[in-house]
Amino acid sequence: MRTVRMFTAGLLSAAALFMLPFPVAAADSPSPSASAEEETAAPTEAGTSFRTATVVRPGQQATAQASTGDYLYWQFPADAGQQATVRATVKLPRSEARHGTHTWRLDVYDGLRRRQACRYGSDVRPAPADASSVELSCALRTVRAWSEPWADDPLPGAYYVRLTVVAAPAEDLGEPVDTTVQVTAADSGGESAVDGRLAAPLVPATGRQVEPDGGWSSGWWSSRIVWTACGAVLAALAGIGGYRLTRGNGRPAHVPPGA
Amino acid sequence: MIIRKRLAVAVCGALLVTVTGGLLPSAAFADSGDTADRPAAKEPPRVELVLDVSGSMRARDIDGQSRMSAAKQAFNEVLDAVPEDVRLGIRTLGADYPGKDRKEGCKDTKQLYPVGELDRTEAKTAVATLVPTGWTPIGPALLGAADDLEGGNATRRIVLITDGEDTCAPLDPCEVAREIAAKGVDITIDTLGLVPSAKMRAQLMCIAEATGGTYTSVQHKEELSDRVSQLVERAAEPVVTPVATQGGERCDDAPRLKAGLYADRETFGQHRWYRVDLLPGQELRASVSIAADRPVNRDYGVLLRASTLAGREIVRGEAAGDGRTDVVSTGLRYPKSEADGTDNDTDAADDADGAGDTDVTRTGDGRPAETVCLRVSNSFSAPASVKTAPGLPLELTIDITGGPRDAGDAAFLGLGHGWWLLGLLTLAGFAAGALWGWISRWRIAVWRTN
Repeated sequence: MRTVRMFTAGLLSAAALFMLPFPVAAADSPSPSASAEEETAAPTEAGTSFRTATVVRPGQQATAQASTGDYLYWQFPADAGQQATVRATVKLPRSEARHGTHTWRLDVYDGLRRRQACRYGSDVRPAPADASSVELSCALRTVRAWSEPWADDPLPGAYYVRLTVVAAPAEDLGEPVDTTVQVTAADSGGESAVDGRLAAPLVPATGRQVEPDGGWSSGWWSSRIVWTACGAVLAALAGIGGYRLTRGNGRPAHVPPGA
Repeated sequence: MIIRKRLAVAVCGALLVTVTGGLLPSAAFADSGDTADRPAAKEPPRVELVLDVSGSMRARDIDGQSRMSAAKQAFNEVLDAVPEDVRLGIRTLGADYPGKDRKEGCKDTKQLYPVGELDRTEAKTAVATLVPTGWTPIGPALLGAADDLEGGNATRRIVLITDGEDTCAPLDPCEVAREIAAKGVDITIDTLGLVPSAKMRAQLMCIAEATGGTYTSVQHKEELSDRVSQLVERAAEPVVTPVATQGGERCDDAPRLKAGLYADRETFGQHRWYRVDLLPGQELRASVSIAADRPVNRDYGVLLRASTLAGREIVRGEAAGDGRTDVVSTGLRYPKSEADGTDNDTDAADDADGAGDTDVTRTGDGRPAETVCLRVSNSFSAPASVKTAPGLPLELTIDITGGPRDAGDAAFLGLGHGWWLLGLLTLAGFAAGALWGWISRWRIAVWRTN
């Protein structure tokens, strides 16, 4: 009975322990709203090329006034293990100024200007003439810490967002629009860890320097350490339990006590 | 028992401290980019506002005001808001010649206020004197504006405000814009059309597209001042100016590039070669963007290919697209391993070259740098009516960073994740403990029996 009690207690404490580190680990990752002042410093302009792309931090709401037909660029940092989602809202010109369907498109490129796939989301969406706004989104793949040079896996570094209208009646081009872009990043922790990392994140030296709040992760911390260590503790406790179960009190069952 | 329980908790607590200790923000990625000498001091950005003062500006259709007075009001607001470090100039077109002679009318463009440090009062006074008068010579005005902005490595921007299409026909302002863009690096023309007609819109959009600028149609007064202010502020944003280069026809006569940002031109179906020297342990990162600065056919693509001197492909980046676009871009990275000498065909090619390369870069311990050939090609095509010269603008970014030598990742080496791992470890531990208990019991039994 005592054995069972001890075993349960050990299990519980181990379980409690290993649930604990996760909030701590999460605190290490860039939190969406780092400080109030950065919150207020959300960009109100967009860039017009890869070189001039405006930096938007995850969690910030970047706005920009533009003309229909402009190519609007933003960039944001994404670190290993993050799953970034880009959402854009376009407030279209008033209906009487439009003469047909406007199709808007959201593209995401990595730090090497390679186009990134969206796992889901609507990256292209037509807005009928009577719509007042159009919403686009793109959920990116999990950023890997490393991949082969021949693969096009997303890697830590800058990511560029390009928002533009891809199809609209010619007479509607040049009309003013309001755009909003928001990037959110969810951390998948050590789940998606790969054995390797880049020497430096994919941030072009000639562009604007982007960095997550708290800097790029060094790659030396992983929730896998906690998982494996807790596994070891559980294995040790289970081993003690198993030992006590089969060994008993060191006395063969058929030998009466005190013999 | 209580002692044992405490022990287990203590062990787990110690473990917790150890693992959370590892959470302290450790050194971020070492930024070992040996970027080539960047232009040390960039000149202040230069902007010229080009205002149409042709007779049609008299029309009273902007919020009940004449186009001219709307433009004047907007200019006053813009001049008040110009950032300190912007050198601003103003040029007019069609301001002086009221006659009917087209030849004379098409020469009618002059600098109203020179590009330089802004004296707001003086500039405003100059704008106030303008009276809508003559023709709309957009092409000559753009050429004049490009001359005004000439010189230096500053970011240059022309903001063209007009209410009618060009009236000086043989000189197509769109072609002029493309030539201006091809001549100088980093010059942008933004256009604003006041109450635009279809023909004028097409022309202004063509001008904007040719230089990577934007087109805005203006129906209201505030729209005009907001947009012009926005464009002037955009010019003030610090940005790296690309270095003009010209890629070779083959890898052998290609320019050697260091890390940096380069601009070139590549016409339809052309190949451009560049060379980059890469030391063992370094990583090459190259991205290329080709801009569609003129009407092109619907489907297009770009290929960036890194190969050895012997022609073996190392890695490629490719992109394809369709529909309306400003640029199509791709990139690649090539980490050169620390262990050099495996690339036999490179060495062979080097030998075959003879004594061509005397200034081969070497590492500290004398290992030579590998020459990587980069080839940029595109699959753009255009209708026969579209001119192919000058070529499409090409922007090449080259970064060389520290290679994968410090890219080890001990944290994940053999470490596991998930409930299955815990279950398996627990089960294995239990089985091992039970086995061990059974063996020791059996041994005691044997010992007792004997």
